[in-house]
Amino acid sequence: MRYLPHTKEDIDEMLAKTGLASLDELFKTIPDALKTKAPLNIPEGLSEWDLNEHMESLASTNIACKNYKCFIGAGSYDHYIPSIVPYLISRSEFATAYTPYQPEVSQGTLQGIYEFQTMITELLGMDIATASHYDCGTALAECALIALRKDRNASKIAVSSLVHPHHRQIMETYLHAAGYEMIQIPRTREGLTDLAALGAMEGIAGVAIQSPNFLGNIEDLSAFKAIADTQKILFIASFTESLAYGLLKNPGSCGADLVAGEGQSLGIAKGFGGPGLGLLAGTQKMMRNLPGRLIGKTKDANGDDGYVLTLATREQHIRREKASSNICSNNGLNAMTAAIYLATVGKIGIREIAQQNHDKAVYLKTALEMVGFESVFDSPFFNEFVLKAPKGFARKRADLISNQCIFAGMDLEPYYPELKDHYLFCATETVSKKDMDQLAKEVQ
Amino acid sequence: MNKQPGTRGLIFNEPQLWDKSRKGRCAVSLPRADVKRCQLDASLVGESPELPQLSELDVVRHYTRLSQWNFGVDSGMYPLGSCTMKYNPKTNEVQAARQGFASAHPLAGDEFSQGALKLMYDLEHLLGEITGFPAVTLQPAAGAHGELAGMLIIHAYHAKKGKQRTKIIIPDTAHGTNPASASLCGYESINIKSGEKGILEPATVAAVMDEDTAGIMITNPNTLGLFEENIKEICEIVHAKGGLVYGDGANMNAIMGIVKPGHLGIDVLHLNLHKTFSTPHGGGGPGSGPVGVSKELIPFLPVPRIEKDLTRYRFVTECPDTIGRMHTFYGHFGIMVRAYAYILSMGGKGLHRASQLAVLNANYIKESLKDTLNLPYDRPCMHECVFNDKHQQVFHVTTMDMAKRLLDYGFHPPTVYFPLVVDAAFMVEPTETESKENIDQFIDAVKAIVQEAQETPELLKKAPLLTKVTRLDEVGAARKPCLRG
Repeated sequence: MRYLPHTKEDIDEMLAKTGLASLDELFKTIPDALKTKAPLNIPEGLSEWDLNEHMESLASTNIACKNYKCFIGAGSYDHYIPSIVPYLISRSEFATAYTPYQPEVSQGTLQGIYEFQTMITELLGMDIATASHYDCGTALAECALIALRKDRNASKIAVSSLVHPHHRQIMETYLHAAGYEMIQIPRTREGLTDLAALGAMEGIAGVAIQSPNFLGNIEDLSAFKAIADTQKILFIASFTESLAYGLLKNPGSCGADLVAGEGQSLGIAKGFGGPGLGLLAGTQKMMRNLPGRLIGKTKDANGDDGYVLTLATREQHIRREKASSNICSNNGLNAMTAAIYLATVGKIGIREIAQQNHDKAVYLKTALEMVGFESVFDSPFFNEFVLKAPKGFARKRADLISNQCIFAGMDLEPYYPELKDHYLFCATETVSKKDMDQLAKEVQ
Repeated sequence: MNKQPGTRGLIFNEPQLWDKSRKGRCAVSLPRADVKRCQLDASLVGESPELPQLSELDVVRHYTRLSQWNFGVDSGMYPLGSCTMKYNPKTNEVQAARQGFASAHPLAGDEFSQGALKLMYDLEHLLGEITGFPAVTLQPAAGAHGELAGMLIIHAYHAKKGKQRTKIIIPDTAHGTNPASASLCGYESINIKSGEKGILEPATVAAVMDEDTAGIMITNPNTLGLFEENIKEICEIVHAKGGLVYGDGANMNAIMGIVKPGHLGIDVLHLNLHKTFSTPHGGGGPGSGPVGVSKELIPFLPVPRIEKDLTRYRFVTECPDTIGRMHTFYGHFGIMVRAYAYILSMGGKGLHRASQLAVLNANYIKESLKDTLNLPYDRPCMHECVFNDKHQQVFHVTTMDMAKRLLDYGFHPPTVYFPLVVDAAFMVEPTETESKENIDQFIDAVKAIVQEAQETPELLKKAPLLTKVTRLDEVGAARKPCLRG
């Protein structure tokens, strides 16, 4: 096996050093009764060439092996990835390093993630961003826990029913075992979270609002902040499409205390949903409550600038059961990927790409309305929107996938039973006018 | 002594991104605008984020230079105890990058994602075979996330039984994340000490195990690199009081094909694909932390689960006793592809061989260095061995000093000051992918450093001398945090 370097001579010499007669004897401290009797029931190892064939045969039964047209988002977005991003991130000094426990030989990771933290605070208008979390859903659950732990008198958290349904499910998983409760805020007929309903809620430690929300509509975050302030509770903002903040007013300027977001759009492949990138940011006040790694700037013994993991006293390996979270490994390499993406698109690129997403979505919405789809909400949106489909669309949609590899929107009924025949569409910079015209023609 | 790998060499200074920024530069090829521009209402629009403005070469040079300041497994031996820094095969990266996997949308529908579903289904079964559990979930995103899933499963099990419990037993040889994971389920940690031999004594467990205790969290092999010989008896003690046994499988690399944790009485176990199954650590993730469970705990696994009907695979969410969802989609699929490729490349025999050689390498180091460094527990070890600085204290040289000096010799230091059960621990895990020559070179380096500790201790205090930066002021960093530029 090419990964195992030991020759027979090596093994003999090494065994001699240990005073053992065989490799089996290395395991003599394990009582025989505990050892497995049969060898592992896993076939002989494959050569690289056989592995390639096998893996391609699996990959090719996914429709993604073809160049499909993606008009769905819902938490995983199709964006152009400049070729320098995967090229640079595959440098093995980044990929094959561990968490930077030895800063003298980890300055690449450390400066890179420090720059990531900086660019995320800039994107979101927040004071502090962590070195990353697993995904938006888990980051959001951690934010809810922060709010609940800070408020000794409340055991409930209010969550918009327009937060991504999967994120709400994760929150339920995390909160239930910890003895907390999640109350959902209903939506209005305009596809927005019901402000008035939140105003009437009591005994809550915080409120979580997603914008753009799961239906694509842009929420008035400042209005929620105002209510949160009146009730003296924490305001948590979340989002699944990070490129939206290349254009929209950021959560920090709307008064968010904590932000949880998905960073997959920042140069990371969809990859069947993971690994993505959990973004987690807070105001200065939240610093000691934040979960996971933080990188800080410091000096070395010669007075030169350098970077280290810092504020570890919040973390599991120091504070053990009193830690702010149990997270250890995060999604570091994807944070570095996002940093490379943000440095590549820069101030000019992010604005233009974000604007194009919005332009395309408006065009697609209009084009579909012209062929019989019905607009449902009047609220402003970024790159996703809801339409009610004409009769027979479900069938056409399935045929379009099978025959032409076009994914025309996502059925909302499984998530919101009252939204039968309603579809969530997405248009990003990767779809052309021609693609959208074709889609409109096909579903006519 | 052979020439050591560490030497001086030209590397580059590189400022922070924004110091290179010049107004008007842009490193991305902007897509052609082919539809009408639509302005959102001005009240919704913010300022354009102040990201750096760079050319493509600026970006390439920046990250190339940064990468050169890092030490990875591809640079040199990385014997970081408990982290299993084995070689990360390059073909795994090729497999994960296949368009059919990398471009797959998670909500494309089961019918159009059969390849991904089959891969996940098969990987669950391969991991089940390796660990001896009838069912495995791949959803947890990292080891600690797997621990949390496991603890939630134990919590749900007790709730279903009708009486929740309040405590959990955690030995001093467990991983650091264990207590934090348990407290997320509201369990109070009951810390117990391992015995003189560095392993748990059944009597110690029996003394604290009661009917208000949810179970025990055991790392086996433990963080001293020792196999918990009494594991079966301990499981019986815990089970007799209605508790469950959580196994931390982070150290599975020592026992593949030798012991199946599921056959020992362990009820739930997490694995780290980024340790045992060769996926890259990425400077801190993304990892993946699959969890295996006994038959009785299958109903509590997170959703969605994957089922196979004849030849089709599908996601299933209707599981009334499930702990719920742990990840937005299905976990870190890209990491699963890599681990799957690794298992297929190694085969059953190869995995068994890998564990044998990992244990051989560790025992060889232990025997070669036990007269050089103090070895608190002199017993046959598994995949790692733990020394400390007792012999160097008279020269006022610490574990940290020796670790930093190793950098100058071209080695990543071992894990230091963990596990806590050993004072100033120096924890070496070579893994099976290091050759005898590399290991001999490492042993020589440690011996040379111990010699230096005696003769020129001040040199070790200043180490490392050849790295881009010298020792950093961590106290200052924490006292006045500067977390953004």
